[in-house]
Amino acid sequence: MPDTHFYRYDDYDRTLVAERVEQFRDQVRRRLAGELTEEQFKPLRLTNGLYLQLHAYMLRIAIPYGTLSSRQLRKLADIARKYDRGYGHFTTRQNLQLNWIKLEDAPDALAALAEVDMHAMQTSGNVIRNVTADHFAGAAIDEIEDPRIWCEIVRQWSTLHPEFSFLPRKFKIAVTGSPNDRAAVRVHDIGLRLWRNAEGEVGFEVIVGGGLGRTPMIGKTLREFLPKDELLAYLEATLRIYNRYGRRDNLYKARIKILVHEIGAEKMREEVEAEYAEMKDGALKLPAETIEAIARQFAPPALPHRPAVVGAVEALKLEDRDFALWLKSNVSPHRMAGYRIVTASLKPAGAPPGDASSVQMEGVADIADAYSQGEIRVSHEQNLVFPHVAVEDLPVVWLALGRLGFAEANVGKITDIIACPGLDYCALANARSIPVAQSISNHFASLARQHDIGDLKIKISGCINACGHHHVGHIGILGVDKNGVELYQISLGGDVDFGKTALGTILGPAVAADKVVEAVDALVSTYLEARGEGERFVDTYRRIGAQPFKDRVYAAV
Amino acid sequence: MPLFRETGVVEDPWQRLDDEAPVPADGMVLVSFTRWREARAALLARRGPVGVALANTDPVETLASDTSRLDLIVLNFPKFSDGRAYSQARLLRERLGYQGELRAAGGVLLDQLPFMLRCGFDSFESEQKGFGEALAKARTLFSVVYQPTEDGRATASLLRLKRRNSTSVTPSEAPALSEAEARGP
Repeated sequence: MPDTHFYRYDDYDRTLVAERVEQFRDQVRRRLAGELTEEQFKPLRLTNGLYLQLHAYMLRIAIPYGTLSSRQLRKLADIARKYDRGYGHFTTRQNLQLNWIKLEDAPDALAALAEVDMHAMQTSGNVIRNVTADHFAGAAIDEIEDPRIWCEIVRQWSTLHPEFSFLPRKFKIAVTGSPNDRAAVRVHDIGLRLWRNAEGEVGFEVIVGGGLGRTPMIGKTLREFLPKDELLAYLEATLRIYNRYGRRDNLYKARIKILVHEIGAEKMREEVEAEYAEMKDGALKLPAETIEAIARQFAPPALPHRPAVVGAVEALKLEDRDFALWLKSNVSPHRMAGYRIVTASLKPAGAPPGDASSVQMEGVADIADAYSQGEIRVSHEQNLVFPHVAVEDLPVVWLALGRLGFAEANVGKITDIIACPGLDYCALANARSIPVAQSISNHFASLARQHDIGDLKIKISGCINACGHHHVGHIGILGVDKNGVELYQISLGGDVDFGKTALGTILGPAVAADKVVEAVDALVSTYLEARGEGERFVDTYRRIGAQPFKDRVYAAV
Repeated sequence: MPLFRETGVVEDPWQRLDDEAPVPADGMVLVSFTRWREARAALLARRGPVGVALANTDPVETLASDTSRLDLIVLNFPKFSDGRAYSQARLLRERLGYQGELRAAGGVLLDQLPFMLRCGFDSFESEQKGFGEALAKARTLFSVVYQPTEDGRATASLLRLKRRNSTSVTPSEAPALSEAEARGP
């Protein structure tokens, strides 16, 4: 099996995770024995990734910075088979959810995870959550520096943080190392963007107070350029200001974005900078040696030379239209000539977005071992990524993915839909999300048509908490409940591309569940008729405005 | 309410003074932050020790010049899930140099103890069953820590640095790695 090219636990990390499993085992025992009330137990199970859902407990497993080894993915398949119903759901936060866990099995499932240096710590609860990153990290052609080095540094600092384990609300951090942001850093509690300044130094732009949910906001830049070794001091200062002054009187106003909004970005910056001034050059300053030791573990694999142009690939492209489409939508440039990044679509026509069975997970692990240095990524768009595939191997990878049902040439297209679990699983939801995604997916199943429509991101949330990120969908769909009827509100013009981060605008009255497909069809037709040369859906919308779309949709439904 | 220290259950020798009650000439008195602000000079002029009980919204920074004159500071958890007092505790210990007793009161549950100890609390009011036993074990429940705090424990990151730079680290500080592991990927 190939070595991993990302952070490997040492004895310290392993000891901590093992001790955490034993602590939770004792907490579950006390809960089952009635020594803990549900109210007391709730934050304990949540910070171990265990939610109580509509039908059962759900275990949310952390996949730090979305990076997995084939060995880890096989273990996830195994756990899904043994403790769940043989499948799992990859989420928009690069995690994996198992939806049918029994409380008494949870400690054993966590112990099994620990065998492959994984855990479910801080995937829920009012804590710093699992840190997310660009899913092309370490392979992207436009990357300044691998953001996962910093995610790992933040992972360790935030794990069981003694001061920040009872925050006003959850806290999400994302890191990108590329100018083309693929980690949505402007819609996180803290977004970190690595960039190189005029002096040639690499540092962080620190963006605070972004978020979706019921009050979507775009984050404010508190610091244009933070020296890298000061990252933890600056984060600790920001979290301390939030822990002390963030609102706790109202669940819906408790995120840091509300604090930033209420006191203003200027005041927030003053507070954070004053706190940071007290801490900088202190114990949190990162020694160069520590940074280098972690960075070394993310050193890119030594990829053998492979041909950049392969006759057989060119030939297959001409012969097979599906392969040609797949190359266009699911294959991205790699930093090394002769290699590509391949995205496996977890959105085959009509399937629930992001789901994978244990058999499929094992198949993906096999492909990674044979053709991608044993490494897999989870994208926030709920797909799986092979970061290092030789051009020469593209046809065989395509065929292997086809056998798993993951070769749909739809990445970035209208059926590459992000959807939350919705009312089928979630206790918070007002409406179903997955069936809506499935019906859109079926309606636009034709790949030729999808490629003609071009890049179009549909994002669906089953309630205002916005786990499906509907605010930043080119087409956003939000499930609402009106007197017991599930209706869907449509918004247009959201985006998370860097520099263009925008929140969508509501189009008009919500439509009935059985009219959503017709509404989307009307939006697409409007675009196809009005689009200019090279314009994506969202570009046309920006140019011509909402009215033509609105007229067409409400005439159709 | 039973009072715990890491040595076990202890008697609480402090007398809680109502804001309107006259200040006794001696004895150990615990006053509210409001009373402290109003009668600071009179309280400090007494012979006996003084303690202050803070709400978790009270600005600890205002105690900066008095931390050496106080023998007890009580921080309150209105609910166990309200974590503001953790920040107050670290500021008192790490920034303001407070060395007296730092007590956690209110929503204090045994599962919070590893965090509270790391933030500098050293006494605890709790009625929870099994609290004393949990406290005795809380400091060693996690043998690895990632964050530097006033408890002075060496973080994993620091131990790794030492291990890399030294050939003679004691086994208890740094469990040996196999050669393959030490070499890394």
